[in-house]
Parts: sequence; C-alpha cells; structure tokens
Amino acid sequence: MELVKEALNGSERAIAQLITMVENELPGWMEAMKQVYPHTGNAYLIGFTGPTGSGKSTLVDRVALALHNQNYSIGIIAIDPSSPFTGGALLGDRVRMREVTDKEGVFIRSLGTRGGLGGISQATSDVIKILDASGKDCILIETIGIGQDEVEVVQIVDTSIVVSVPGLGDDIQTLKAGIMEIGDIFVVNKSDREGADHVVTMISAMLDLNPLTTVWRQPIVKTIATENQGIDELIEQIMLHRKHLTENDLLNAKRKERIGREITKLLEQKISQYVHDRIKGMHPFEDLIEQINNRENDPYSSVDILLNLLEEK
Amino acid sequence: MTEKKIRAMVAKPGLDGHDRGAKVISRALRDSGMEVIYTGLRQTPEQIVSAAIQEDIDVLLLSILSGAHDHLFSAIMQGLKEKKMDKVLVIGGGVIPQEDIPNLKKAGVSEIFGPGTSTETIITYVKEHLPS
Ligand SMILES: Nc1nc2c(ncn2[C@@H]2O[C@H](COP(=O)(O)OP(=O)(O)OP(=O)(O)O)[C@@H](O)[C@H]2O)c(=O)[nH]1
Ligand SMILES: [Mg+2]
Repeated sequence: MELVKEALNGSERAIAQLITMVENELPGWMEAMKQVYPHTGNAYLIGFTGPTGSGKSTLVDRVALALHNQNYSIGIIAIDPSSPFTGGALLGDRVRMREVTDKEGVFIRSLGTRGGLGGISQATSDVIKILDASGKDCILIETIGIGQDEVEVVQIVDTSIVVSVPGLGDDIQTLKAGIMEIGDIFVVNKSDREGADHVVTMISAMLDLNPLTTVWRQPIVKTIATENQGIDELIEQIMLHRKHLTENDLLNAKRKERIGREITKLLEQKISQYVHDRIKGMHPFEDLIEQINNRENDPYSSVDILLNLLEEK
Repeated sequence: MTEKKIRAMVAKPGLDGHDRGAKVISRALRDSGMEVIYTGLRQTPEQIVSAAIQEDIDVLLLSILSGAHDHLFSAIMQGLKEKKMDKVLVIGGGVIPQEDIPNLKKAGVSEIFGPGTSTETIITYVKEHLPS
C-alpha cells in the first residue's frame, strides 16, 4: 500500500492520513495495519495520566522537548473525552504544547475517546503502532484517567506516569489504592503550590502498603512543569524504569501480555460482528422479539434458540 | 464500519490576545458532533499548517482581529497548498474590511464571516461545503 510505504518513510502527511484511515476503520484499514505491524516494536511508550488541569500537557511538552534535545524523535498522542451524546470532542491539548509543536521530528496527534473505556480510544494502540513504525523513538500518551480500575492506558504503555497536584483533598481518586498500582512513576506537579510535600508524603505512605513495591519502588518526582523544574529528574526516572524492565526481561513479558489482550479483543470483535451479521438476517429474530414482548418467551431462552439456529446454518 | 468523523481546527494567528470568539465557535462545532482541535493564541502560519497536516483536518477556521489578515491568510493558504493540503475547507472570521474579501477568496479562503455571525450559520456552512 502506497500510503503505508510513505508513512514508513516518515512522511507526516501519510502518517496523518493513515491514522485517519485506521481510526475511522475506513476500507482497507486492517490490510494497512498488517503492513505496518512488522515495523513496530522499536518505540518506547510512556503514558501520562491524571486529573483535568493537573498539567499533563505542559509536562508532556517539556519532557518531549528535553528528549528532542537529546536527539530522540517523538510522537505525542493527546486523548480527550468525546461526548457520548453528540460524538463531538474538544481537543485542546495543543494549547499547552507550544515548545515542541514546530520541532523537527515531533508529531502530535489529538484523539477523542469515541466511546472507548478508561480514557483511551479503541484506535489508540493502532495509532501508537503507526507512529512506532514511522520511526519515532519515544511515544508519549496523555489521557485523563477515568474511574479507578478503568485506567486502560497502563495496559498499552511501557512506563506509566501518574500525575497529581496539591490541593485536591486527601481522598481524591488518584490517591486511592486502585490507581496506585498503575503508576510506575508518580509526579507531583505544580510543586510551586502549597501542599506539595504533603502529597508526596501521602503517596509514599500508600506505596508502603503496596506489596508490589518490592520489585520496583515507584519514585515520586516533584515538578513545576511551567518552569521546567524536575523534568530532568523525571526523564532520569523514566530511563531507570526502562532499564529495570529490560534487565529483568519484564519489558518482553509486558509486551507479550499486551499482544495476548489484543488478539483476544480483535477476535471478540470479529466474532461479534460475524454473529451480528448473521442474526440480523434471521427471520425468527423479529418473531422472538414479539414473543418476548408478549411474555410467551424470555430473552434467556431466546439466546439459546438463536445460537442453535446459527450452528445449524 | 464507521463513518468518518469530521475534524475541524480552530486557530488564531496573529498577535491579538483575545480568544473568546474562537472558544465559542470551538464549543459550537463540538456540540454539532465534530472533533475540534483548538490550538490557542498567537500561532504562526507555519505552526498552523504543520498542525493541520498532523491532525489531518477537514476544516480550518481562522479567527483574526489584528488587521494583519492579508499576510497571515496568504501565508497559511500558500503553506497548505505546498503541503498538498488544498482540499481543506478554510473559513475566516473576525473584523475584515469588505474590500479585502475578494482577494482572500482568490487566495482560496472559502468564506469570511463577520463578528455578528451566529454559530449556526457557520456550522451549516461548514457542513454544506465539506470536502468530499
Ligand atoms: N502553577 C503551576 N501551573 C501549572 C504547572 N503546570 C501546568 N500548569 C498550568 O496548569 C494549567 C493546566 O495545564 P495543562 O497542561 O493544560 O493540564 P492538563 O492536565 O493537560 O489538562 P487537561 O488536558 O485539560 O486535563 C495551565 O494553565 C498550565 O499553565 C505548574 O507546575 N505550576
Ligand atoms: Mg491536556
């Protein structure tokens, strides 16, 4: 596919068009991804999760700039929620990514969640692959974590950074036990504000309760993104975590788990599409609905009837 | 298969420091079901063109108050053309003298909307003129 070839060669326009194609599942998107896949696996994936306004975009901008200055090429994926009612989304993260927008080798793409769970969209992992295959060394993904066991970004990145800020109160979502497990690194941004040390103490106390911390003790980094403070230390911790993963063969294990989940998901999608297509054309479907509505039948038995019909076909 | 979602970008080139109008139109476009990329104040034409490419937008709304519209618009239109992005529907908004409009349109700007235009008018226009 010509578009894939151009994207692999690093053409920004081709990368962007390929993302559109895959994100909208336009004809040929899976064929395209098949051709993209062999070229993936080289980029390092870093996630930034945290509440609205905690400074994620500003942090991503400064981290990306520092990495750019170390000659890494960078992909950035900034995800914002889509309205479940209209499907529209306001994607405003670029406003705070001013330092890197026009740097050579930096590619930024804003995505709406489009009904995806946990603050990421269905297409996110494919968009990551496209950027990876196009030759980006590091890919930074910004998303608001929603709920506490719904933070799916952790499943698709190598290093997951949880961003907190002072002044959100003690029992905020980000400090609940569930979310503590998803952070490989904790950032307390806006450390110029009062209460930053208190947040550090709280996170630290939470980590002491967590048995997982014996393998990798999650560091807590204080930053002031707007003033570029703490960014170097954050990058150092990212690199240390990466080293920890590779030296203990954990990176491979992580990526294999990801592949397993991905196959399962794709399979489920295809199966449900297959079943849906076949059932839709089945005459008894309408009849069953009528019967159920008249209480002559029930939804539970009807499913068995439909499955039997599918098998007979 | 899903239908392709419309992606719009609202940009504010030039040096003036007001973005209320740009934010209002951004929200209205979002509420009409589009994905709206808002880039903030004081964007250079190069930054706008580069963002337009990476975000693969269908529509670009430029909001200008500074009076430097002639230069800014033509730099953006030329940049889009060079990067083969000339299918993008470009719309201008703001205080632009009537006599300047023909030239802007010649440069490829599709329509110019004055300060009092309702958001509905703009959205209807966008939906009717989207590149296929
Ligand atoms: N005082 C202070 N302000 C900061 C700091 N970092 C970011 N900000 C400001 O916080 C506001 C929000 O920053 P963003 O980077 O947009 O935050 P975000 O988490 O990406 O926000 P959403 O994408 O809307 O969830 C902006 O006005 C930033 O300038 C910081 O370290 N200190
Ligand atoms: Mg943001």
